[in-house]
Amino acid sequence: MTKVEAIIQTSRLDAVKEALHEIGVEGMTVLEVRGHGRQKGHTEFYRGREYTVDLIPKIKIEIVLTDDMVEKSVQAIIAAARTGKIGDGKIFLTRVDEAIRIRNDERGESAL
Amino acid sequence: MSFYERAIRRPGQVQVLRHSVPRFAAVVLFVACTFPSDLLAQTAAPTAPTPTEAPSSTRALDKQQSAAIAGLQLQVADAKSSADNAWMLTCSALVLMMTGPGLALFYGGLVRKKNVLSTMMQSFILMALVTVLWALIGFSLAFGSGNGFVGGFHNIFLRGVGLAPDADYAATIPLETFMIYQLMFAIITPALIIGAFAERMKFSAMLLFMTLWSLVVYDPMAHMVWGKGGFLNASLGGSFPTLDFAGGTVVHVTSGVSALVCALYLGRRLGYPKQPMPPHSVVLSFIGACLLWVGWFGFNAGSALSAGGLATSAFVATHFGAAAAAIGWSAAEWMRNGKPSVLGAVSGSVAGLVAITPAAGFVGPMSALVIGLIAGVVCFLMVAKVKARFGYDDSLDAFGVHGAGGTIGALLTGVFAVSSINPIFKDARGNVTASGLIEGNAHQLLNQFVGVAIAWVLGIVGTLVILLIVDKVIGLRVSEDQEMQGLDLSQHGEEGYYWETPG
Repeated sequence: MTKVEAIIQTSRLDAVKEALHEIGVEGMTVLEVRGHGRQKGHTEFYRGREYTVDLIPKIKIEIVLTDDMVEKSVQAIIAAARTGKIGDGKIFLTRVDEAIRIRNDERGESAL
Repeated sequence: MSFYERAIRRPGQVQVLRHSVPRFAAVVLFVACTFPSDLLAQTAAPTAPTPTEAPSSTRALDKQQSAAIAGLQLQVADAKSSADNAWMLTCSALVLMMTGPGLALFYGGLVRKKNVLSTMMQSFILMALVTVLWALIGFSLAFGSGNGFVGGFHNIFLRGVGLAPDADYAATIPLETFMIYQLMFAIITPALIIGAFAERMKFSAMLLFMTLWSLVVYDPMAHMVWGKGGFLNASLGGSFPTLDFAGGTVVHVTSGVSALVCALYLGRRLGYPKQPMPPHSVVLSFIGACLLWVGWFGFNAGSALSAGGLATSAFVATHFGAAAAAIGWSAAEWMRNGKPSVLGAVSGSVAGLVAITPAAGFVGPMSALVIGLIAGVVCFLMVAKVKARFGYDDSLDAFGVHGAGGTIGALLTGVFAVSSINPIFKDARGNVTASGLIEGNAHQLLNQFVGVAIAWVLGIVGTLVILLIVDKVIGLRVSEDQEMQGLDLSQHGEEGYYWETPG
């Protein structure tokens, strides 16, 4: 089992959700986060003084998948989230040791 | 015209009759009206009756008519009194609204989220604290008779303050109305200082500081400019008559300068100026600023202490000053930073309102526009450039807007005041003389300067002494941990917004 963590532009959330649902991904967790990679922030003004906001709002989607779904999902996310500009985000894959369904104690891939 | 003819021909009196005159006067007048036709017929005859033959009913009629007219005059005075009192009570409410929620929201939105409640609490608690002080002793110190600098104890516990007017202050409203109106000023003035020590002052220290400041700085300053015998009082013959209609020196200069002293004494917030500390809610500040603008009509137009033409004049000048200053600040900001911010625009209007405060009942509408425009631009520069240059952490720009705006406004009052708006100066014979510079009275600028200088000195010295005392007794500033945690939690055990907590 693999965890796919995708940090994307906030405006691409709906597109990515739809793309994932279309290929059969049924569970996901969505977080509102702030951060930056190489993208510069923007300047704001407060009483005439200017300061830089460099923690930019982003969306993080976390999904845990069976290994056969991973590449399909990554492609779907990229296709839906890409705008071609700096700030599009990143995807990280990590291995998951175990998954457990709370309702009925199911374990392993059937818990996903 | 005979006396009787005059009696019939006053239609205005007949209107008053219809609305409020007691029956007796109505009957008397009716009788008086029916008499003349007979008498005229008689006196029109070539031979007038000789004095010895004058009917005794004529003299009785005289007395009845005098009584009727005296009665009507009382009614008219009563009506005017009601109008003035209604207006003044309304204004009192408006000025209180300026503190809560006006200033509370304006300042509250400007601080970080973890300090929003403490900032609002500081404004709110003054509404309670200053009220009690005023009732016990404050009003007496400010408006009781005393010497040139401060009132005495004649009116402590509001002794002698009842429904009868005090003609020295306002002849048509109860002294109690005047007292409650002035109380709202006494409340908001210390509240302005909050802007200087926001996010780092201990609540207990603030309470002690404000108690002392209200008694030692505000009450004497109010007395000097507005109290009977005050040596800066322009309307009651002070030696250096300072034109200050609604409190440019009394309210804004004192609080603004005191704010600067507090900011310097307490020192900068942790992380200032490197760490950006933007307002957590410009939305709240916006709402607060708009409430301030509307409330300010009570502050300035109410300082006419009556509902007549002077109130109109002050109302219009106030509004025009705010508008021009909003434009001035926004224009300056647009040029300097490339974009006009909302916070800048509303701050500009506040700066204009501050500057027009001393001038409101003395200057014409066009002058008000000029004063506003100047204040908007200058206060923007104070906040954007001067503060950064000198590095003091006047967190919410109490000095930049109120101290500077009040000073500018008080000096410009000496320039633009005209007797056609308010004939405040009269010579020994009772003729009206020039008010300000544009009317030919250059000397008034000097008086304005004296008033402003006294406000500065009293603000600086008084505040410094009080800060030293409070620091020694209980300490002024919160600990570093408490400051990092935020005053809402550390001083009040509360959070302003519980939105993200689940369940």
